[in-house]
Amino acid sequence: MWTSFKRIIKWGLTNFWRNGWLSTATVSIMVLTLLVITVLLMVNVTANAVLGNLENKIDISVYFKLQTPEEKILQVKSELEKLVEVEIINYVSQEEALIKFKEKHKDNPILLQSLGELDVNPLEASLNIKAKQANQYASINQFLEGVYYQDVIDKVNYMQNKEIIQKLSKIILDVKTGGLGLTLLLAIIVFLVTFNAIRLAIYSSREEISVMRLVGASNWFIRGPFLVEGVLYGIIATIITIAVLYPIFYFLSPKISSFLPVGDIFVYFRANLLAFLIILLGTGIILGGFSSFIAVRKYLKT
Amino acid sequence: MIEFKNISKYYPPDCAALKDISFRIEPKEFVSVVGRSGAGKTTLLKLLLKEEDPSEGEIFVDKKNIKDLKGKEVSIYRRKIGAIFQDFKLLSNKTTYENIAFAMEAGGKSDEEIIADVPQILNLVELTDKADNFPAQLSGGEKQRVAIGRALVHKPDILMADEPTGNLDPLHTWDIIRLLCRINELGTTVILATHNREIVNALGKRVISLDRGRLIRDEEKGRYIV
Repeated sequence: MWTSFKRIIKWGLTNFWRNGWLSTATVSIMVLTLLVITVLLMVNVTANAVLGNLENKIDISVYFKLQTPEEKILQVKSELEKLVEVEIINYVSQEEALIKFKEKHKDNPILLQSLGELDVNPLEASLNIKAKQANQYASINQFLEGVYYQDVIDKVNYMQNKEIIQKLSKIILDVKTGGLGLTLLLAIIVFLVTFNAIRLAIYSSREEISVMRLVGASNWFIRGPFLVEGVLYGIIATIITIAVLYPIFYFLSPKISSFLPVGDIFVYFRANLLAFLIILLGTGIILGGFSSFIAVRKYLKT
Repeated sequence: MIEFKNISKYYPPDCAALKDISFRIEPKEFVSVVGRSGAGKTTLLKLLLKEEDPSEGEIFVDKKNIKDLKGKEVSIYRRKIGAIFQDFKLLSNKTTYENIAFAMEAGGKSDEEIIADVPQILNLVELTDKADNFPAQLSGGEKQRVAIGRALVHKPDILMADEPTGNLDPLHTWDIIRLLCRINELGTTVILATHNREIVNALGKRVISLDRGRLIRDEEKGRYIV
């Protein structure tokens, strides 16, 4: 058993080496596949970062009438917190609003002076609400419009931002589904290309396979070396892919960061190098091994 | 040792390659199977090697019906029969040595046996100095000798040769035939399919003649008459 295993590995390596050109061609195709997959992964990560960034900028504020007691506002807050759509709520009291206002307009003495002339704080307390997803603001707004709160709420700024929120959430959704579809499509295409490349490589060995059967080799003894070759394609292609992408991300990353609101791609790539390695290695080995297995099976049928 | 019982083989739609063939071959015999191209020689050998199954009839080898062999048994059975062909059927990306060693590896022989046996076989087929050449670097006669060497690694009871000299010039042809005779003298049953009249007549051994799928003659010390 062990001897057979050793021999299978030996022939796999020998064949890989002796079929130099064929191996090079197959590995190249697999490198392209893995490159496409890595780039797709990175694009997805980047797009999600950009969209997340965009989503974070959306929120709505509820302003309460001036004489509303604080416990009433906190009660509304805790009611809101029970909604599944709500991610986080920030309570801004009248005093805090005033401090923020002064801070914001500290270069405008006239405004501050006129504010000082008032006896009461004219700023309203507010709740700042962030939804989990951009398309959930409509339902939060609906909740607030319920009759129960009408006597304390002065206004909800959803109405003013409604159009832009709706537009943004539609864009986000479109990009996400479109991106997923495109990713799947490209992934399927490159998988099929690699699968067929390996099938062609083995097609050129069909004579050899029939001879091996004639000599009395068992199916596993014939199949084994091809599986080893397939797996080897995957391993070498992974190494090449990483070696190619490393410098590319290194040089490209600052350029991307300069016009997209995302962190350093290279840093992300390096931090997740192990994960990328495992994903690519897994894809390569399974793709190579599986394709070889299927391709050889055709010529092993008695 | 080998018995064909009422064997027929049809290929769809209506081509009859063999029709009702029966004969016996005893151990250590040297039998030539002759006939024109398309007479059914190759089909007969394919059936013996269980590359294909007969449409009708049964084949017994060592009193065992080879129809009953399944999966792994087939590979083991094939190792009992050494086979050589007109087109040599060597593994083109393996050297002479490896071609022979591969057959032993496939048969599960140990590394020690392989290291001990392959040089002996190379010596028998006179290819010791070509051990590291690939088939593309060998002449036709040399290739056929590699194939014979490979056929002998399992010390088969039967050596089956399908037009082994079809691609060779007269000089190499006689090389191969002499080698087959020698192997036969060492105790192996040899079945030689050929349409080379000269060889058959010179051998003076048993001849089975086929014509359009039928067995028309089976004679001890026969001649090629078709």
